[in-house]
Amino acid sequence: MPEVSARVWNKRRLRRWLAFGAPLASAASLFGCSTLSRGFLAPAGPIAAAERHELFVVSAIMLLVIGPVFLLTPLIAWRYRLSNTKSTYRPQWGFSWILEGLIWIPPTIIVIVLAVFLWENSEQLDPYRPLSSPFQPLQIQAVSLDWKWLFIYPDQHIAIVDQLILPVGRPVHFSLTSGTVMQSLLLPRLAGQIFTMAGMTTQLNIAVSAPGTYWGENAQFNGTGFQKQKFRIIGVSPEDFRQWVTTLQKKPNLLDNKAYQILSRQSLLPHPIIFGNVQPNLFSEIVNQAITPGYVLQHEGTSSHE
Amino acid sequence: MNNAMGFWHILFGRLTWESLPFVKAWLDPTVSEIIAAGAGGIVVLGAIATFGLITLFGKWRYIWTEWMTSLDHKKIGIMYMILAVIMLSRALIEAVLMRVQQAVAINNPGLLSPDHFGQLFTTHGTIMIFFVGMPLLTGLINFAMPLQIGARDVAFPYMNSISLWMTVGGGILLMASLVFGEFSTGGWSGYPPYTELAFNGGVGPDYWIWAVTLSSLGAMMTGINFAVTVYKLRSPGMRWMRLPLFTWTAFCTAILMIFAVPPLTIATLLLAADRYLGMHFFTNALGGNMMNFVNLFWLFGHPEVYILILPAFGIFSEVVSTFSAKVLYGYTSLVIATMAIALLSFTVWLHHFFTMGQSAPVNAVFGIATMAIGIPTGVKIYNWIWTMFRGEVRFTTPMLFSLAFMVTFVIGGMSGIILATPPVDFMVHNTLFLVAHFHNMLIPGMLYGMIAGYYYWFPKAFGFRLSETWGRIAFVCWVVGFYLAFTPLYVLGLAGAPRRTQEFFDPSFRPWLIIALLGALLIAAGLAALFIQLWVSIKQRDTTRVPVGDPWDARGLEWSIPAPPPDYNFAVLPQVGRRDAFYWRKQNNGAYKPADHYRDIEVPKNSMCGVLVGLAAAACFFGLVWHIWWLAFCGSALTIGTIITRSFMRDVVRTIPAAEVEALDRRWLETAAAALPVPRQLELTPENEGLARCQPK
Repeated sequence: MPEVSARVWNKRRLRRWLAFGAPLASAASLFGCSTLSRGFLAPAGPIAAAERHELFVVSAIMLLVIGPVFLLTPLIAWRYRLSNTKSTYRPQWGFSWILEGLIWIPPTIIVIVLAVFLWENSEQLDPYRPLSSPFQPLQIQAVSLDWKWLFIYPDQHIAIVDQLILPVGRPVHFSLTSGTVMQSLLLPRLAGQIFTMAGMTTQLNIAVSAPGTYWGENAQFNGTGFQKQKFRIIGVSPEDFRQWVTTLQKKPNLLDNKAYQILSRQSLLPHPIIFGNVQPNLFSEIVNQAITPGYVLQHEGTSSHE
Repeated sequence: MNNAMGFWHILFGRLTWESLPFVKAWLDPTVSEIIAAGAGGIVVLGAIATFGLITLFGKWRYIWTEWMTSLDHKKIGIMYMILAVIMLSRALIEAVLMRVQQAVAINNPGLLSPDHFGQLFTTHGTIMIFFVGMPLLTGLINFAMPLQIGARDVAFPYMNSISLWMTVGGGILLMASLVFGEFSTGGWSGYPPYTELAFNGGVGPDYWIWAVTLSSLGAMMTGINFAVTVYKLRSPGMRWMRLPLFTWTAFCTAILMIFAVPPLTIATLLLAADRYLGMHFFTNALGGNMMNFVNLFWLFGHPEVYILILPAFGIFSEVVSTFSAKVLYGYTSLVIATMAIALLSFTVWLHHFFTMGQSAPVNAVFGIATMAIGIPTGVKIYNWIWTMFRGEVRFTTPMLFSLAFMVTFVIGGMSGIILATPPVDFMVHNTLFLVAHFHNMLIPGMLYGMIAGYYYWFPKAFGFRLSETWGRIAFVCWVVGFYLAFTPLYVLGLAGAPRRTQEFFDPSFRPWLIIALLGALLIAAGLAALFIQLWVSIKQRDTTRVPVGDPWDARGLEWSIPAPPPDYNFAVLPQVGRRDAFYWRKQNNGAYKPADHYRDIEVPKNSMCGVLVGLAAAACFFGLVWHIWWLAFCGSALTIGTIITRSFMRDVVRTIPAAEVEALDRRWLETAAAALPVPRQLELTPENEGLARCQPK
């Protein structure tokens, strides 16, 4: 009798679990989708798409190695448990050439396969490698500051802080430097990271394949404003891009040495700033550290001397 | 007025009342400051309580003569473990705090200020690597390795004590930073130029520099000590290919320590030169280049990962073989794999910064080297699986941790190969994916290994077994907690969530962060279970004593002596004829036999010099942190003076007469003769006195 009632109770309990569990599980997978759609698993450009493909290939190959461990570890441990008197016990058995071969050779082959794959893809997806396209790449000079990003469009003579406007379908070439500490530019749905360092230039090539709003961020910790150092990326059609540029060029602000010195102080901006005109060669002056950056001036201004 | 300030400055440097977290919390009573003041309060109260209790029970003499000044490798090992557990408790609480912050702070600032959060992730990482991982493995190697090779101590017992007390000194600096001033916010890797004067003029980075410097000096000396011990002090017949696997891994780790730790010391000292002497090694201006620091740091940092993991591999080898009651499968290939890992670990450091703008071939070469290191690591996992094959597996606590390790570690291996692919690394570097990956390697890899080793060798060290019930509770908490805490981080990392962020802005992250918080709480419960296990085990020690010394029917020489072992370890140095020496002695009815004749044994005398050197160095560095120059000068003078003085001391050994050794040994042999041999089925019952019933071959 008690057995039966227990089974009934179990069934009821199972049903209740299902009633609660199913929506919970679907909610979780929904959250999962909406979370993952923020990253490169939902690519919005050819680079991110290629990097996702690479992730899938490597993961699939690796499952070949770790799959057997998942299976064999519990199986063998349970089969040869002490209480199982039926299993063979050979305490002196500790070597077999066949197993040795199975242990060493397949992983080696897998690593060779991965290595060939990796060599080609590192070349293909080198951030410095220009994208093949009939269009001339759009040039952007990025300067990482505390805690904001300055993007200079040298050919359009405009600059935007904390926002990027990119034409869809046209390759974009970034030259990057830092006006302060080392930082890292990450555009999760578009392309992977590259560091920015003061006195040096790094490069990044990307493209946007669909109009939309994406986001970018600094991924290298740089102080108390780090968590807010994020910006919007607006992908627009080439015509709209031209429109944007003409509108922005009408803004009166000029980004020159003096404006840069104010901008490069440590601060968080409530909203993006647009400069309708940019002093020529500003980027190379920043790279060559010909302008005293704001953090130095800020330091001298505020800290009372010991 | 000016004069008074000048006097204060000479006496206390840049230390002021506002440096104290209590005063800060009084002036600015935010939650973040109150938590900081609370942490400072715990340190102060903890110190007062410890000193008070020791005084109350009149135990100062005991602690000083039996422990602090002891040069016995076993006691030094145990003291390393105590340091590690104290620091682990702090760093784990910090981890839980960070998880709470991130779970709460979605589109709001949460509990902790960004600066406080920065200190938390910096101290968490610094402590877990330098003051938990390193002391745990150093402690276990110190305790077990000399016993495994049949030695009476390490090669340089006094240097061993200096290493310990320097590491303790570093730990004291870290604890002091909770009470005086603040710690660095630059992460455990402390990248300049962020940690340079121009960006962080406070005491934080200085605390980091000097704590890490102390620990790295201690680690380098430890490496020399262990390597020389294995080279020179093996007992007769203990040839290289007869060494237990744990000793092999200890040996490889020691070599890694010798070659990998100095670049770190150099890097921190060059950074100190920038900060104290106005130099420009890593600054933005005047020719400084932060890339040199990054290279030096990871030239240390990558082999460091293997310093941490190799001894754990050794422990798993011992545990799986013992609890499968079987010879280790593929001994030779395990040794080759260990050496290969040690060698390859020097060739992969660049994978920590694929994103620094090197050319694609450079990245590819280091990526391939990283994947290559996966081969010997994978081989090891299969070696353990085939060790269980045709064995008799007992699911004791250390074996459970070993099994959980094998399954969980390969997931970390998979994410490691993913990270070793430069184009994918560009996407997930500096994100929570990376955080999940290295916790996936270090918690199941290193920490599970250390817990298994602790449980496995505890009866040898103290003469009684640990509670199996609480061991299993701890096991469930650690394993479930690990998966809950870190699987969400993989997901968030793929979504581009950066590491070290005090606030998030996407509500869809919240469920993941809450699951991660639950996991962190469960891991904290796992640690609590280990404390309860210790408490319960001490309470019931009369029912779990194993004086004969071989509770697990194990194979190495360390099990052939009493538990706890005498000061001199071996009454007579053992003769080793083959691998698994003690196992064969038991099989051939050669165990528990008196020696033909006993000799006088020399053991190192106690010395307070190690304590003095370590604590004076810590005082010196505390002075440097706060610019208290007189303290820095006195501390360094005392450190150097002690080392010079000690080098003139002649009377540094104590002789234990042969008669005493013989009496002790015969008494132990009588215990063994009176004990009932237990079969493996009963090893967890009170019947187990440490004498295993001989099983058929």
